[in-house]
Amino acid sequence: MKLTLKIWRQKNRNDKGAFVPYVMNDVDPEMSVLECLDVLNETLILRGEVPVAFEHDCREGICGSCGFVINGVAHGPERGTTACQLTMRHFKDGDELTLEPWRAKAFPLIKDLVVDRRALDHIIEAGGYISVSTGQAPDGNDILVGKEIADESMDAAACIGCGACVAACPNASAALFTGAKITHLGTLPQGEPERERRALSMVAQMNAEAFGNCTSIGECTAACPKEIPLEVIANMNRDYVCASFRRRDDLPTPVPPAVHRA
Amino acid sequence: MTLDAKIPSGPIQEAWAKACFDMKLVNPSNKRKHSLIVVGSGLAGASAAASLGELGYNVKCFCFQDSPRRAHSIAAQGGINAAKNYPNDGESVFRLFYDTVKGGDFRAREGNVYRLAQNSGKIIDQCVAQGVPFAREYGGSLTNRSFGGAQVSRTFYARGQTGQQLLLGAYQALERQVHAGSVTMIPRTEMQDLIVVDGQARGIVARNLLTGELTVHIADAVILATGGYGNVYYLSTNAKGSNATAIWRAYKRGALFANPCFTQIHPTCIPVSGDYQSKLTLMSESLRNDGRIWVPKKKGDSRPPNEIPEDERDYYLERRYPSFGNLVPRDVASRNAKALCDEGYGVGKSGLGVYLDFSESIARLGEKTIRERYGNLFDMYQRITDENPYKVPMRIYPAIHYTMGGLWVDYQLQSTIPGLFVLGEANFSDHGANRLGASALMQGLSDGYFIIPYTVGNYLATNKFPKVEDSNPAVQEAISSVRTKLDKLLSIKGNRTVDSFHRELGKIVWDYCGMARTADGLTSAIGKIRALREEYWKNVNVPGSGDDLNASLEKAGRVADFFELAELMCIDALDRNESCGGHFREEYQTADGEAQRDDEHYSYVAAWGYAGADAAPVLNKEPLEFHYVHPSQRSYK
Ligand SMILES: Cc1cc2nc3c(=O)[nH]c(=O)nc-3n(C[C@H](O)[C@H](O)[C@H](O)COP(=O)(O)OP(=O)(O)OC[C@H]3O[C@@H](n4cnc5c(N)ncnc54)[C@H](O)[C@@H]3O)c2cc1C
Ligand code: SF4
Ligand code: FES
Repeated sequence: MKLTLKIWRQKNRNDKGAFVPYVMNDVDPEMSVLECLDVLNETLILRGEVPVAFEHDCREGICGSCGFVINGVAHGPERGTTACQLTMRHFKDGDELTLEPWRAKAFPLIKDLVVDRRALDHIIEAGGYISVSTGQAPDGNDILVGKEIADESMDAAACIGCGACVAACPNASAALFTGAKITHLGTLPQGEPERERRALSMVAQMNAEAFGNCTSIGECTAACPKEIPLEVIANMNRDYVCASFRRRDDLPTPVPPAVHRA
Repeated sequence: MTLDAKIPSGPIQEAWAKACFDMKLVNPSNKRKHSLIVVGSGLAGASAAASLGELGYNVKCFCFQDSPRRAHSIAAQGGINAAKNYPNDGESVFRLFYDTVKGGDFRAREGNVYRLAQNSGKIIDQCVAQGVPFAREYGGSLTNRSFGGAQVSRTFYARGQTGQQLLLGAYQALERQVHAGSVTMIPRTEMQDLIVVDGQARGIVARNLLTGELTVHIADAVILATGGYGNVYYLSTNAKGSNATAIWRAYKRGALFANPCFTQIHPTCIPVSGDYQSKLTLMSESLRNDGRIWVPKKKGDSRPPNEIPEDERDYYLERRYPSFGNLVPRDVASRNAKALCDEGYGVGKSGLGVYLDFSESIARLGEKTIRERYGNLFDMYQRITDENPYKVPMRIYPAIHYTMGGLWVDYQLQSTIPGLFVLGEANFSDHGANRLGASALMQGLSDGYFIIPYTVGNYLATNKFPKVEDSNPAVQEAISSVRTKLDKLLSIKGNRTVDSFHRELGKIVWDYCGMARTADGLTSAIGKIRALREEYWKNVNVPGSGDDLNASLEKAGRVADFFELAELMCIDALDRNESCGGHFREEYQTADGEAQRDDEHYSYVAAWGYAGADAAPVLNKEPLEFHYVHPSQRSYK
């Protein structure tokens, strides 16, 4: 197949950046989009040009490294599919593909298609865990968890932290990501003791980073490669409201947001 | 050098408890005065950094990805073993120990494996408490599945994403310590060299992957948990960034490298589809629970699988190994697939594939049950191949997956450099010549949660740590050697890309040091690797500069190390004149084509020492003694 890739090229945060078209004459439909970029980069290197920077690691849709906007859609047109798992057979000869980075204030650009997503780690750091130190655990079967509950928790725990939800949201909100962790842990009996504190801390951190507010548009869940359901946001809001009511005097202090850190 | 693993004397059941009691402790109020470096944030590194932070040590943890949560452990699918015996099917610590030693074809150290089996139950407890959503029965208890090389169900799992969930548990524990201030997480930073001062590992030189800045980090001990080196082969199931740089630099600084040729070929991966292919995708071994493996009985049969009648199919594993059937260990399953494809029975366009067929299970259990068990794997298969495995059998072929070899460590997980500890896949591990499925996750977490917190304390309590200044000659020498190498790679600006070299190197290692090896092949491979390496240093083209994000430069450094490691792998494979586990030397096989060990001459760990750029590596042997499991010809018939 012959395709044109229009790729956002930007040396660094201070550079202006622009789309640059690249014509690819020999695209195999079995290739993934990332393999297509590999092939392009090989030719760019041999032509003495700077290859396109993009993030990737597992190439199996699980590590959450990859991700850019393809023709206006985060991770591209296939539902439930990361960029690394998107094969070229979904495009046809002569197509033009536009590739651009996640655009969100909370994700400052690093180079070309690579952005800084540390803000997501900060949200977890603020309270996305169950406080149990190594050695403190009771026997695994002392805590019974019904299958439906375990399944519901697992559905939310499947989030890969890619940031597509933020990129897809017109407000650049991280509500789906944060709600997914709050639901994963809050659904389980193990997570119950810290449920309110967790919601308060994580939401406070989310607000402190440069993410926008959720206005229930739902673009996040449509773009999410793991199809995390919108309910997780409702769960987050419920836990947050209950907690703010009951723990008014106990509001956490967020850590400095990513955009202000070196 | 005589290698002493320092296994406590006395009964194996008591060994670890005895070792723990004999260890010196660090007073709680002194812990924060000790600084520790953990390189790696996979299961081994994240669990270690979190646990050490909880104890109060001052920890710095490094990874090359943008977040610790992306470590390659995230990709593990099938499950994690533990000797819980919840299913009441005859499991015990001793059986897990026995199966692992036997599965490793009697090339693992009994003491370590026994401890691993002892720790296995606690790992599950810890992970459950952290909120890992393991699969459950309707009544709420944990459920298990079976895996290759075992006749009991001891594998715990979270759908097909067990590694992801375990890693998220460890990552969250790590972030909790970051929040508490005991761990400083340093992502997007790659260790480039180890700093050894007066014989002690005292720090690392690291490169910031965004700015190219080289930084020095000094500590009282260095813990490497940097994963395996399967990417030597270019095409593997490892993540693209997985590399050997950290352990290779440590090797060049004096740590011994054990059993480099012990690599594992996983039987169930999606076959290669084209030259552009950048990696191979694993289909979890758990699929062999419900899938039946077969090839057509007729060579070159090109009919679609559904048109081949039952009696014209050869379910070769069930035929050859009636008691384990499709659940034989990985090395056996892989070798059989390769042998049949080599003889011309393979399926698919390339002829390099066998069928993994679910039709019978779907008929028996219903599509819904199969979807519940393997849904995401089936989806992944369909996404990649555009074929629906609920309707058409999967096509699979073996691929490199795991490396049992790694830095030599003693019972304390300490390498031959004092103060350098090695965890997870990066050490030569507990798996001998072949690892059983679902045992790597167990080992990484056992090392990180339950072993290193004890052993590093003993080291800290029994050694002195004079202050190391940046001006120290050892520090300066390490920085300048890193800088020289990077500058050299950037300055060549030749005619070939790093990937083109890596692909060619990978093909040599796969052809000659992969599933089947011969003395002639290995000898010629060593020559080819050297010649290609020479060309690399004259003709590689690394674009750009060293002061911003430059993926080509990162790869170039890693591939430079892979060249040297590939040669050592071949040297080791050539030296081991026997077949064992994943190391199959064609000259040494039984009449029916199984691996033929030579216990009289090769019952040892081969630990290689670096002797200089132009000198041959030096072989040191750690003899293996078996007091509890008696070496026998492995049989899965
Ligand atoms: C597809 C797949 C499926 C698998 N499924 C299973 C399974 O079901 N059950 C099972 O038991 N095992 C499985 N395994 C094996 C298992 O996942 C790995 O052996 C294990 O996760 C390795 O963990 P680790 O912590 O040692 O290393 P990794 O998880 O590989 O982590 C390495 C860490 O080191 C860092 N690092 C590496 N080099 C450097 C450097 N130079 N500087 C700084 N940081 C560095 C990386 O950033 C990363 O954080 C699977 C493996 C694969 C490939
Ligand atoms: S919720 Fe979905 S889109 Fe958002 S980070 Fe998680 S996996 Fe990615
Ligand atoms: S590269 Fe890991 S999810 Fe795409």
